[in-house]
Amino acid sequence: MMDRRSFMKLTAIGGGAVFMSGLYGHAPAAAAGKTAAPYEDFYFVQLSDVHWGFTGAANPDARNTFRKAVATVNALAVQPDFIIFTGDLTHTTDDPKERRQRMAEFKDIAAGLTVKTVHFIPGEHDASLDNGAAFQENFGPSNYTFEHRGVHFIALDNVSDPGARIGEAQLAWLKNDLDRQANDARIVVFTHRPLFDLVPKWDWATRDGDQALALLAPYRNVTVFYGHIHQEHHHMTGNIAHHAAKSLIFPLPAPGSQEKRTPLPWDPAAPNKGLGWREVEAQAANDYKLAEFPVAGS
Amino acid sequence: MDRARRQFCIRSACGFGALLAVAAIEAQDLKNIAGNERIIAIEAKKFVYTPNEITLKTGEPVVLAFTAIDFMHGFFIPDMKIRADLQPGQVTQVRLTPAQAGEYPFLCDNFCGSGHEEMSGKIIVTD
Repeated sequence: MMDRRSFMKLTAIGGGAVFMSGLYGHAPAAAAGKTAAPYEDFYFVQLSDVHWGFTGAANPDARNTFRKAVATVNALAVQPDFIIFTGDLTHTTDDPKERRQRMAEFKDIAAGLTVKTVHFIPGEHDASLDNGAAFQENFGPSNYTFEHRGVHFIALDNVSDPGARIGEAQLAWLKNDLDRQANDARIVVFTHRPLFDLVPKWDWATRDGDQALALLAPYRNVTVFYGHIHQEHHHMTGNIAHHAAKSLIFPLPAPGSQEKRTPLPWDPAAPNKGLGWREVEAQAANDYKLAEFPVAGS
Repeated sequence: MDRARRQFCIRSACGFGALLAVAAIEAQDLKNIAGNERIIAIEAKKFVYTPNEITLKTGEPVVLAFTAIDFMHGFFIPDMKIRADLQPGQVTQVRLTPAQAGEYPFLCDNFCGSGHEEMSGKIIVTD
């Protein structure tokens, strides 16, 4: 059977649909000659910012985009170990009933994924108007941890507070969890908003994100995957790598490139332009190989 | 706030001066206003500030007097590191004395619904 790495090489060479980002997670443990925690190669898929329920000129095909992405993921020759949705599963609405209806429809479509290990975190569109109530009814706790093949995963909720705070209680929970981790533990954080001040004037920040980063800073092998900004983006704070994912609804302009963060115009000639999802391959020494894919196979 | 009163606030904020601005909001809600402070009334409502463009002079002490209509909107000027929560039912005062000319964007940083992303404005500081 073809292994994962061979498959990715083949698709990168022959398919043309794969974009290797060329940016990897930090590898301080290997550089320092430390023994990393036992791990096994694996990969997962990150999907983000579906905004189910959105209607508007920014994506006239909104009813189909998510379904196309699900079909594309299901068509992968080697299926991922799990899938993570990094928030804004639904587009916001003031109507609590409609919010739950959108979540139910989202869940129906997500249930079509071949991979059945699927993790969810909320975005502000899912959770900020009811402090996460509807999200938790449908998807369970909005912050949690899990282990997978030697990697410690932490899901942080920085959206259930409409003011974009993680909050003291969750920060205490994070500290308590981190206190149990070795300094060289492989840690991956999932969150919706950037934990650092990417563009505060566009609300691309977490109000107390600096406190979370301070708690994570002593750990040498931390990588953050997030959404919110509807585009691929990579940034380092200290030795922590932060990777933002494309959306599945409409792209937003480059950080700080214009006065307002209005969606980029929809292109009828290329209706999925700027949309996509990614594979994250966990490799030795805290390296993460990222591969970006379009919504539908090319 | 009824329509006439809201229009009055808007007119006041658009340049009829400090005296009218004071009259446009409840006098008892304004606290500790110094004699040299200009008061600018601003209404925050889904998904717009009125006015959303405010011109100030460098060194001019002002009090931004916010009335939030329908939600606890936020007010955040990242480049001045000034922010406030705007509690409905009361006037929220934000004091500032701009030191440097330029344009300073501000935004609502409490997620308030579909359209939240559009709720922003700018302060223009001139010499």
